[in-house]
Amino acid sequence: MTTAWDWAFAAEILPRLIHATGYTLLAAGGGYLIALILGLALTFLQRSRSRVLTIVVREVMEFVRSTPLVLQIFFIFYVGPQFGLRLSPWTAGMIAIGLHYGAYLSEVFRGGIESVPKGQWEAATALNLSTVKTYVRIILPQALPSALAGMGNYLVGILKDTPMLAVIGVTELLHAANTIGAESYRYLEPYTIVGLIFLLLSLPAAALIRSAETWVRKKLGLNA
Amino acid sequence: MTEDLSSFPLHLEGANVPMVRFAKVTKSYGALTVLDQLDLDVATGEMVTVIGPSGSGKTTVLRMLMTLEKINGGVIYVDGEPMTHMEKGGRLVAADNAHLRRVRSKIGMCFQHFNLFPHMTALENCMEGPTQVLGLSKAEAKARAETLLEQVGMAAKRGHRPAQLSGGQQQRVAIARALAMRPKVMLFDEVTSALDPEVIGEVTNVIRKLTSEHALTMLMVTHQMGFAKDISDRICFFYKGKIEEQGSPKELFDHPQKPRTQQFLSAVREAI
Amino acid sequence: MSYLDFLTTYGPRLASGTAVTVGQFVLASLLAVILAGTSGLMLLSASRGIRGTALTYVEIFRGTSLLVQLYWIFFALPIFGLTLEKFTAGVLAVGLNGGAYGAMLVKGAVMAVPKGQWEAAIAINMTPTRRMLRIILPQAVVIMLPGWGNLLIEILKGTALVALISVTDLMFEVRQINNASFKSAEAFGTALLIYYVLARFIVTPGMRGIERAMARRMGRA
Repeated sequence: MTTAWDWAFAAEILPRLIHATGYTLLAAGGGYLIALILGLALTFLQRSRSRVLTIVVREVMEFVRSTPLVLQIFFIFYVGPQFGLRLSPWTAGMIAIGLHYGAYLSEVFRGGIESVPKGQWEAATALNLSTVKTYVRIILPQALPSALAGMGNYLVGILKDTPMLAVIGVTELLHAANTIGAESYRYLEPYTIVGLIFLLLSLPAAALIRSAETWVRKKLGLNA
Repeated sequence: MTEDLSSFPLHLEGANVPMVRFAKVTKSYGALTVLDQLDLDVATGEMVTVIGPSGSGKTTVLRMLMTLEKINGGVIYVDGEPMTHMEKGGRLVAADNAHLRRVRSKIGMCFQHFNLFPHMTALENCMEGPTQVLGLSKAEAKARAETLLEQVGMAAKRGHRPAQLSGGQQQRVAIARALAMRPKVMLFDEVTSALDPEVIGEVTNVIRKLTSEHALTMLMVTHQMGFAKDISDRICFFYKGKIEEQGSPKELFDHPQKPRTQQFLSAVREAI
Repeated sequence: MSYLDFLTTYGPRLASGTAVTVGQFVLASLLAVILAGTSGLMLLSASRGIRGTALTYVEIFRGTSLLVQLYWIFFALPIFGLTLEKFTAGVLAVGLNGGAYGAMLVKGAVMAVPKGQWEAAIAINMTPTRRMLRIILPQAVVIMLPGWGNLLIEILKGTALVALISVTDLMFEVRQINNASFKSAEAFGTALLIYYVLARFIVTPGMRGIERAMARRMGRA
């Protein structure tokens, strides 16, 4: 079999794809930030005294985690205009990612907080620390190391899910590859290069997350 | 708590107001009654040790005083005013969070498992309360913390993290941390039960020093009978949620009156 | 048009779309289980070659995006002479992707079986195959079940992407309905509900039932 791979073509489209990678990273970063904030908010809502609120929040989170992200992206992008609210593809996309992964990150934070020994809460009460100070200075720093692995995995997950945004017209990597394919009728090079770019982004990211966890443990002196 | 609180005074008045008063305090977990209409006074500067078999309610007494548990009946007074309740419209109602925080500042506690903050050094542990709650400047808090660590013999290790300290050392830091809040009442909940025998002495010596040097009111739960007899002003023997017998150490240990007290003490003596 | 009207009008299309989605899910899951079992055990092999092959598969399919894999299989493979019908391409992509994640579950579960079990099997002179089939794997399966519960939900969610290569599943039908009627909230909302019901009230209870049955077999229930 003669090589179907056209090196010249590959070199020709590479700059465009690298340019699109920037947008992919932007979408991933933005979505992740929203997910972090939303995730923390959801975790605290779940710890509220109101049983009704807790149950409602948990069911909504379960719903968001059990349904496809791509469908949620469509929902947010298209339902807005039906009620007169126009959202740009970027905005809709990042909100959808933020919501979807916020629900996952919330579980990670919850697990981290629950892994902190009960005695720490009691010591904080004995010193009369306020609730906010207890969370910020005592509980969250101890919850962080165990939450980091999960947080890192979902960052990589978001990165790999950004191609879904192509379906509503966000000009990230897959969108660029689709365009190139439609223009040139050559699909092998664009999709393979896109696949390789994702590999090159996600594999080092996984290694970085592991070392970040070790670094945080050292920094906080939690070498247990 | 929909009980009738009208028989309980809004404040404690008179010449010898106790620092701590449990007035008809009840605590139950579902159907299990752990404390049954407990009446207990602790005078200012008094050191009271509570002993008794497990399940007798002794740890619960301390935990309720530190507001770690809610009470199901009766009122707890601290320094003359109600802690578990507050005055509203001339009557006693359940205390809100603001009131609890205000009274809680008079109480300090040391735990069986120390509960030091692992991500802070010994010094930082002792500075945390003063800076974050009492509003002291970092410099003032540091000075106070260093003095206290000196007093418990841990000045040299102030830059160490809890993971680098032995159990006895951690407990001493925990005592300094509690004292840094300048409480009026100190609670010691089985503070030597998790320690290896050879380091128990370090901790009991620190507590011994406290009794002689400070005007602190102290309430202690312990299994160390010899130590309790040495430093306490009064011993309370708890049985099934009630005070079975109480008296001076000499009275209780050497001449126990009630059969249950005698049983418990002889069992403890056998174990040593 | 009320929601009820919407459902009666588009009901048949939603139903057929759901049927295709379920078909994709079942077939992709089966493929994933087979691939995960094989490559999971390959990852534990003493031979570096076998381990390396499995590892390459796992890292590639876990390190890249499912959507990209799908497009590659459907659009790029034909160049190598392998043109797949879109339904098949969908099952293949989702199955390969799920299998890679499942491989790590299998590997982890086998490694979590207490060392003493291996030693006891050796002590009674069992062959490696016997040992794996009768002692280790049954215990590993119980350990990996909760993880598979989550993975199956991910596979179900993954099938939604095959609509983008025009497989007429639930996602596809709902997009068509949206384009035709502009009733986005009803269309996409109903689809969300259907996926939710499938995941929460069919897959999850199903897995819990299997977990309980296995626990009973192990004498733990």
